[in-house]
Amino acid sequence: MLELLSQPWPWYTSGILIAFVMVILLFFGKSFGFSSNLRVICAACGAGKTTKFFDFDWRSQTWNLLFVVGAVLGGWISSEFLSNGDVVQISQETIQDLKALGMSAPDDLQPNELFSLEALFTVKGFLIMLIGGFMIGFGSRYAGGCTSGHAISGLSNLQLPSLIAVIGFFIGGLIMTHLLLPFIL
Amino acid sequence: MSKSEAISWYRIQEMFRFQAFHMYGIIGTAVVLGAIATYLIKKFNMKDYQGNPIIFTPKEKSVPRYLIGGTIFGLGWALTGACPGPMFVNLGYGYWAILVAIVGALIGTYLYGVLRDKLPH
Repeated sequence: MLELLSQPWPWYTSGILIAFVMVILLFFGKSFGFSSNLRVICAACGAGKTTKFFDFDWRSQTWNLLFVVGAVLGGWISSEFLSNGDVVQISQETIQDLKALGMSAPDDLQPNELFSLEALFTVKGFLIMLIGGFMIGFGSRYAGGCTSGHAISGLSNLQLPSLIAVIGFFIGGLIMTHLLLPFIL
Repeated sequence: MSKSEAISWYRIQEMFRFQAFHMYGIIGTAVVLGAIATYLIKKFNMKDYQGNPIIFTPKEKSVPRYLIGGTIFGLGWALTGACPGPMFVNLGYGYWAILVAIVGALIGTYLYGVLRDKLPH
């Protein structure tokens, strides 16, 4: 069993689990949306004193913060107990394209060029993470949600605004992937 | 998430290059099952565990907000290969570099809160 769990899981297991999590949250009177936590954390750090947007009862969102803790724990469990040093099985085409940009073929889940501590302690590596994170935080709050809130919860509820947001995610993602990354990497 | 490799930068690159079905399969399965569940909950007026009706709050109608915000989000998603959930999974997995992206995301969220009234919505 553990051996089976240690293999990479097929895509549909993840899709089923995500939908399951959403339904569980609905039955607990909550809604599935991860980026709200960033706002909750800002509020918990006291941002509400100076900015109205963060002036709300963040303690009522403690359940969602537990979700963050769960995400971290899940990542830890899967790396500590369920990993067999898997190399992510991306398509040959992607490996070729990325090679042309100077990225090595995967030797685990994340590229060393971006995720190793050596990379992080270079100006470029640090700025990629900081600015990338900044755009994620700013963009998801501006759009009122991220992948979970819009692409999963919103599309499941057939919300047009969520579809527009997802189209935006792809406009941004395609611009970054095809136009900007060749200059950045 | 990590076991299906959805937290991998490589997988996100593959998705934005349309070179594999993997990520579309994950999101697609979740949306189809989610839509069926949402439909059933509405049709049978299901209650949550406290007996309150499950309410779906419709998103506010607007275009610029979702399009501009979504595009900024997409730029960051493709650059770091992580959206807010997987960021924290990566942290648990031991990819410490993502901590800088998390700090960036908090700064971004904070700045949005500060600038909110000045942005087109």
